[in-house]
Amino acid sequence: MSSPIQRSLERLTLSRRGFLAGSTAGGLVMAFGGGAGVASAAEALEEKRFAPTVWFEIDTAGTVLVNIAKAEMGQHVGTALARIVADELGADWSKVGITHVDSDPKWGYMVTGGSWSVHTSFQALSRAGAAGRIVLIEAGAALLGVAPAACNAVNGEVRAGDRAVSFAEIVQRGAIDRQFTPEELEAIPVKTPEQRNLVGKPVRALDIPAKSTARATYGIDVELPGMLYARPLLPPTRYGSSVTGVDDSEARAVHGYQGYEILEDPSGTLQGWVVALADSQWAALKAADVLKVERTPGPTAEVDEDALLAHGEALAAGDGGVLFVKEGDVDSARGDTTLDATYRTHSVLHFTMEPGNALAQQVDGTWHLHSGNQWQSLIIPVLARALEVNEAQVVIHQYYLGGGFGRRLWGDTMLPAALAAKAVGRPVKLVFTREDDSRFDCVRSASVQTFSGQVADGRAVSVDSAVVAGWPTQAMAPGFMADGLEDTGKLDPFAANGANHWYSLPHHRVRVIENDLAQQTFLPGWLRTVGPGWITWGVESFMDELAHAAGADPIAFRLAHLDATGKNAGEAPNSVGGAKRLAHVLQVVREQSGWGRELPADEGLGVAATFGQERARPTWIGCVAHVKVDRKSGVITVRKLWQTIDCGTVVHPDGALAQAEGAALWGVSLALHEGTHFENGQVADRNLDSYTPLRMADVPALDIRFVDSTEFPQGMGEPPLSPVAPAIANAVFAATGVRLRDLPMRPEDVKAALDVA
Amino acid sequence: MIEFTVNGESVSTEAEPDTPLLWVLRDELGLKGTKYGCGIAQCGACTVHLDGMATRSCVVPLSSVSGRSVTTIEGLDGDGRHPLQRAWIEMQVPQCGYCQNGQIMQAADLLANNAEPTDDEVVTHMNGNVCRCMAYTRIRKAVLRGAEIAREGK
Repeated sequence: MSSPIQRSLERLTLSRRGFLAGSTAGGLVMAFGGGAGVASAAEALEEKRFAPTVWFEIDTAGTVLVNIAKAEMGQHVGTALARIVADELGADWSKVGITHVDSDPKWGYMVTGGSWSVHTSFQALSRAGAAGRIVLIEAGAALLGVAPAACNAVNGEVRAGDRAVSFAEIVQRGAIDRQFTPEELEAIPVKTPEQRNLVGKPVRALDIPAKSTARATYGIDVELPGMLYARPLLPPTRYGSSVTGVDDSEARAVHGYQGYEILEDPSGTLQGWVVALADSQWAALKAADVLKVERTPGPTAEVDEDALLAHGEALAAGDGGVLFVKEGDVDSARGDTTLDATYRTHSVLHFTMEPGNALAQQVDGTWHLHSGNQWQSLIIPVLARALEVNEAQVVIHQYYLGGGFGRRLWGDTMLPAALAAKAVGRPVKLVFTREDDSRFDCVRSASVQTFSGQVADGRAVSVDSAVVAGWPTQAMAPGFMADGLEDTGKLDPFAANGANHWYSLPHHRVRVIENDLAQQTFLPGWLRTVGPGWITWGVESFMDELAHAAGADPIAFRLAHLDATGKNAGEAPNSVGGAKRLAHVLQVVREQSGWGRELPADEGLGVAATFGQERARPTWIGCVAHVKVDRKSGVITVRKLWQTIDCGTVVHPDGALAQAEGAALWGVSLALHEGTHFENGQVADRNLDSYTPLRMADVPALDIRFVDSTEFPQGMGEPPLSPVAPAIANAVFAATGVRLRDLPMRPEDVKAALDVA
Repeated sequence: MIEFTVNGESVSTEAEPDTPLLWVLRDELGLKGTKYGCGIAQCGACTVHLDGMATRSCVVPLSSVSGRSVTTIEGLDGDGRHPLQRAWIEMQVPQCGYCQNGQIMQAADLLANNAEPTDDEVVTHMNGNVCRCMAYTRIRKAVLRGAEIAREGK
């Protein structure tokens, strides 16, 4: 079974395609494409008549260049994707390079997020590499005067016995013109795990040398001749503000000030925006400081965090919402003990270190946007509407992203640069200040989750839950909304995933509810780990509460509910083994962490599990946290985190580990250090003086291990984040008997809870 | 006009005296390795050496740089082979990479004054530099490894 999200992606990306390989002036090009009507692959490739496609080429020196349509934002995605192609191709890894491409439609649907890249590309890239290998072997065999069956491709050569011809020589000889029909392509066998030489083997990431020696170019680094610098003046509310007057008499005294523009946005995205323009960044910053803009604010100018959460709690208490999970009948369930709990999370910022920025230029009717971006295909239609041009007249040029974490899935930061450039008829480079970047962030919505559970005979009998938050997908990508059960309406899978867990419960109901006040006040965003990032907080904390109510060990209790029966049995190819694999990682992490050992006073171990981003493509993780609680200050110190991860085949082992380290520490940061609140319709914390992500001194020891697996690869960019906060809270309970139900867990709240206990 | 030295070369600029050094380096001198992150000296992405000392260039006005010597990441080692840069690659430190030039400049200041820092000294010295990808464990290890490479080279 594929998830609704996967089906949407497949509809957009995986139409049945053939494969072309042909000699061109520059070398040998291989691409998806073709099918009916292509007379010559070489001719089609020379003229770049193929779309949609992914492609790679081999030049006359034998260098394999793989085009990467995914954003590089720290996950070393180009390395992983190129390894998949190169392995099947039989390439010499020292002669493989990558290029991050612009948003030309020929690359197909462009999105980088959801921990999707390796998972969704693995099969296509494997087939493409395997088809390329067949082409090279056929050509090499002809040059060697042997049958193709007598040859193999290894390390950049086609070999037959002790004779070999290099890829370079094959390409130099030219004259390759080969097509595979979609049926032929699908029939090509890809390598078995034992046959692979690169996938799963250690390698250094291709992007790291540039990033260690000041040679990496980010969107913020791009310049064009004749450009103006701009700084936006943001409206008091995200929606509904309008400009009633601008006084720039003081700004005109700023050396280099070039005027202001009130932005008119036909796409309706920017409402009430003004930009200050200047011939230097500093002049733009100074001028904006003294520009006086009068506005009528939108209707949410008074909304604060308490109102958002109170509204969420009222919605959860009602009987509305969209049905997401239904097992048995929670209304008829009867247990010995009933537990009720409400879990909440506060607003969280993306805070990418590279603030929002873009450089916009119009050339011969086409708009060029220079800006690091994760979801080009989503924002191009918006940019086209804003600029009143066709989508074909908008090109986004990709650069390294100074952090993505979901913020750059929505490229609205390009709009003010584009509209300003249109207004002044010159290229405009617009950089958000840190404070403006925070104000304009599509924050992770504050959330409320309620649980009512019953236990009997050491088991959970029933859980009834409501999950309430602002819905990012509703706001930005409504085409990705999913159907609720029993015709209860549409739901945002990115504000629901995680609640549909793999524990077998006789009675289980989850309603998901859009917090409409949140939706009206701000743009809810997708933030690293998205739904499971905050939903797991409630699910795994409440699982612990149920375990204690049942008088059971928290790991044993979880294992007892991971029986892999019925819907939890798993399916090929993505969730083979089902809940048994989650049970396995919990068993391993139990040993790994020394679970059950005696600890000093006020220290404890806590456990949590996650199945990653989506039920249909699970990454299984067991996590244990060791905490120490200082009763005087309320400070929680995380001493160590253990994780055992089963994400199927690992393509780039050190890259996967780096992602796990970063995601696990994000988990610590969101659990203890990060959080803001809405005040007068805007986030209150906008810079590092009061918004305080984890720093080096608070980094715990990490022990992260991967299960050796040959199952189909799943995602690694996000999942290790989700179990950290509940593991910490469960450890705090083990240490002190105090149950914390709000994120972040601030010392003052811990102290207050300890005082009550 | 304000004159100072950048990466061993004399430069002069007509920029306003209150302009933060960061913007002069980036937009006038084209040294893009020094990054804007927070603008309030709290993240360290803009770290350069001012007369050899790690300094947040986002809060240093141009007027205070007159006659002084600035080193940016581009000038740390002409070939990008500073022991810390070698350690950064060996330990596979950067993820998005945006903060890493500042991290390396901050760490280089430590190694210039302390050839064999302890783990705690590294943490104390580096705590003002935010890494949003949270590659902290690798940064800490790579500073120690960089110190080791520097000692081996002597």
